[in-house]
Amino acid sequence: MDKDKIKEIIAKRVAKELKDGDIVNLGIGLPTLVANYIPEGVNILFQSENGFVGLGPAPKAGEEDPYIVNAGGQPVTILPGGAFFDSATSFGIIRGGHVDVTVLGALQVDEEGNLANWMIPGKMVPGMGGAMDLVVGAKKVIIAMEHTVKGNHKILKKCTLPLTAAKQVDMIVTEMGVMEIADNGIVLKEINPEFTVEQVQEATEAKLIIADDLKEMEV
Amino acid sequence: MAKVVTIEEAISHVKDGMTIMVGGFLSCGTPHKLVDALVERGVKDLTLICNDSGFVDSGVGKLVVNKQIKKLIASHVGTNKETGRQMNAGEMEVVLVPQGTLAERIRAAGAGLGGILTPTGVGTVVEEGKRKIEIDGKEYLLELPLRADVALLFGQTVDKAGNIVYYGATRNFNTIMATAADVVIVEAGNLVEVGEIDPNNVVTPGLFIDYIAVGGDR
Repeated sequence: MDKDKIKEIIAKRVAKELKDGDIVNLGIGLPTLVANYIPEGVNILFQSENGFVGLGPAPKAGEEDPYIVNAGGQPVTILPGGAFFDSATSFGIIRGGHVDVTVLGALQVDEEGNLANWMIPGKMVPGMGGAMDLVVGAKKVIIAMEHTVKGNHKILKKCTLPLTAAKQVDMIVTEMGVMEIADNGIVLKEINPEFTVEQVQEATEAKLIIADDLKEMEV
Repeated sequence: MAKVVTIEEAISHVKDGMTIMVGGFLSCGTPHKLVDALVERGVKDLTLICNDSGFVDSGVGKLVVNKQIKKLIASHVGTNKETGRQMNAGEMEVVLVPQGTLAERIRAAGAGLGGILTPTGVGTVVEEGKRKIEIDGKEYLLELPLRADVALLFGQTVDKAGNIVYYGATRNFNTIMATAADVVIVEAGNLVEVGEIDPNNVVTPGLFIDYIAVGGDR
């Protein structure tokens, strides 16, 4: 499966988790694509942690405003009804439980719902930015990522990299399926019909619990 | 009372070894002219408190490239390769702080609080060396106030009393840093007369501002 198709499958599926009226923060990279697939009739208020709600689509070429950018520094727009605020208010919104859903990528996620996505010791130390606050504060944490990286497992029994937060992940969406973190482990709820349960398990270090009502993932 | 000065005059308040705070988020809302003047002056051994370390050619990243920073306190440094290089080579100390915690620590300093309790970082390396306090069965980290000798801010429109109106996503850390330094300097995009800004629209009251530097970006 090519990379663009993988991203599309994941972003489309995550978009279906968003409910009308939700306040949502999308991480940079793949999660940003979720905004392209919001079902009709569902109004989402997107939050940008650098200081506003009402994040709109990218501006047309030539209409960029250097002072209206997202948390990745990319030019964006603000929709009517939006609002700007400072970082203390922004993170008050995040930690205070006013964000319904945050969608983030991951380096590793494990069966306890632990997440590692901010550093690889000795290799890459970009910093946590707003991720630690988002994962702790948002009501629902969805990880949107490719199921494996270069054939290596990312969904583990136990994260080996430094954590972003402990036991906060609710759901994982990959090109292979949709998983929920339950008290007893990771439950495979939906599967991409292009794969078998065995293939998904093989691509996952943690032992998957297969939902009794395992559904086909719409792709 | 805020005093209107040139960029050069304003930046002369920053001396070797000082701790400075600089507003902005990935260079958006950064006082670029003040930063450029600081690069020009070559003041050394600074401790820099900023959301991020900008880019090699923009924002506070220029101070890193020019090796003026001894210690950096930030939430994200991934957009500036030179920060990573100096950090790995042991040339600069880097303390990474979750973004929301960074904002609250600065706010605490400016608001006279002895610290803040946050759930962010519990169960991660961020909790190392910090007091954990349980309130109603939930764990929090005690994070201490963070203040500076000098704060450098950017305000789109500033009146001669120092009142600031921001534009777009430039508020970020500027509003909080205005409260948490001994000397607070705002680079004014547009300087206007007192009375031209409706008091209802003021975001940062002028009482926090010591110097208004003119000649800034608009």
